Amino acid sequence: MREFLQKAGNIDRRIIYLLILSAVAITILLKVSFKSTPLPEVKRSYDIINSLPAGSVVMFSIDYDASSMPELDPMLRAMLRHCFEKNLKVIMLGHWPLGLPLGQIALEDIARQYHKKYGEDYVFLGYRPGLQAVMLNLGKEIRSVFSTDYRGTPIDSLPMMRGVHNYNDIAVLIGLEAGSVGDMWVQFANARFNQKIILGSTAVITPDLYPYLQAGQIVGLIGGLRGASDYEALVKHPAIASAGMASQTVVHVLIILLILLGNIGYFATRRGK
Amino acid sequence: MSISFNPWVWVAAFLTLSMMSFLYKDNIFYKIGEHIYVGSSAAFMLIYLWYFDVKPKLVDGFMYNTGINKWILIIPALLSLFMLMRFIRPVAWISRWAIAFTVGMGSGLGITGLLQGFLVPQIKATFLPLYVAGSSTLSTIYLSLNNILMVIGTLSAIVYFYFSREHKGPIRKVSQIGITFIMIAFGASFGYTVMARISLLIGRVYFLLHNWLGLV
Repeated sequence: MREFLQKAGNIDRRIIYLLILSAVAITILLKVSFKSTPLPEVKRSYDIINSLPAGSVVMFSIDYDASSMPELDPMLRAMLRHCFEKNLKVIMLGHWPLGLPLGQIALEDIARQYHKKYGEDYVFLGYRPGLQAVMLNLGKEIRSVFSTDYRGTPIDSLPMMRGVHNYNDIAVLIGLEAGSVGDMWVQFANARFNQKIILGSTAVITPDLYPYLQAGQIVGLIGGLRGASDYEALVKHPAIASAGMASQTVVHVLIILLILLGNIGYFATRRGK
Repeated sequence: MSISFNPWVWVAAFLTLSMMSFLYKDNIFYKIGEHIYVGSSAAFMLIYLWYFDVKPKLVDGFMYNTGINKWILIIPALLSLFMLMRFIRPVAWISRWAIAFTVGMGSGLGITGLLQGFLVPQIKATFLPLYVAGSSTLSTIYLSLNNILMVIGTLSAIVYFYFSREHKGPIRKVSQIGITFIMIAFGASFGYTVMARISLLIGRVYFLLHNWLGLV
């Protein structure tokens, strides 16, 4: 028995990879689903967007790239769906150049589904380097940073942008974050211009953002795949995040079992010595 | 089952499997994927910076702006050139001016941003009443306990990082409470990190099963 436990505590890492891969694949193939209640901070984000009157301007900041896409892309799509359903106007920009095309693809895809027109219902501004300088100048005049959209069209010629000059004209800023740009949004857009912010983040950085929520510096927080799946449930459009949450649950149980097994194996080995 | 006929989906599937193959051991497919990623990211970044920064802000700005708005662009243009001097050894020192400008601007913005946007609001957020009257006894206990935990956690964690006196006696006891709170925070962070990494795997497996093989 002790020998078995010692062996169990030293499983080859490749077997663990295979177990986890199988758990994910089988759960997806079997279309297993678990019911969950949306987290309060996700529900609050939903309620805030839901309470905006039609025509309000929402700004999305794409601050992630392909490596965080599985968590943040479903979140973005669910939130865009909600915005277009409520007839809100969407401005998209970002601080991660490699991720911006992903945001653009999602924006154009969802806009097409809701028959929204470029320039009237949504605008894609693109990227400008400078991070803090960009955030500060957006608070004064958007045109000082983005005189044109990503296509080079002067933003004054876009009907939707005519009355939009700074944060005062933006109802909510939604930052989709895989790094530290979310902190910058809080420190510059919220602290200096009192901009209402909702942050959607990868699970890795979510614990770092909770203090902002507790302090009231952000009004909502959507964390990781769980947050994305909650938002999908709230907009009644379950998609990839909802499909992935069952795998997430199964793999978590598997990891807990492996941690227990590893510890039992460790103690068995120690006792043997 | 409907396998994708889109060649780009096949390319993405090949690269996904190539990268995952590293989990078994380093191999040629992983190397191919890695090099394509590095090369394409660098090229993409270069083009993006040109089209979204240098061309509209500097080149077009210099061509179409007038007066001070035109001539002030000489300063960033010069600083950019100074930065490139790093590649010419006899005048490489000039690049320090551009770096000094960036560092100065970054620290100025960083310090004010941190103070105004992080430190002060976060300290303010810990000034909490230790008794909060809720709608029921249970909610009163819950809300009050929450605030008490927040205050004790903040103070004890600060004491843990107080190194000006040896941690003995009451300081040691409080700092032990502090480290307990810190460990709980690390645990939560670790849990979230596991969730994040598994989410990435789910994303790729879903892509392979759905977009590529059409099994789901």
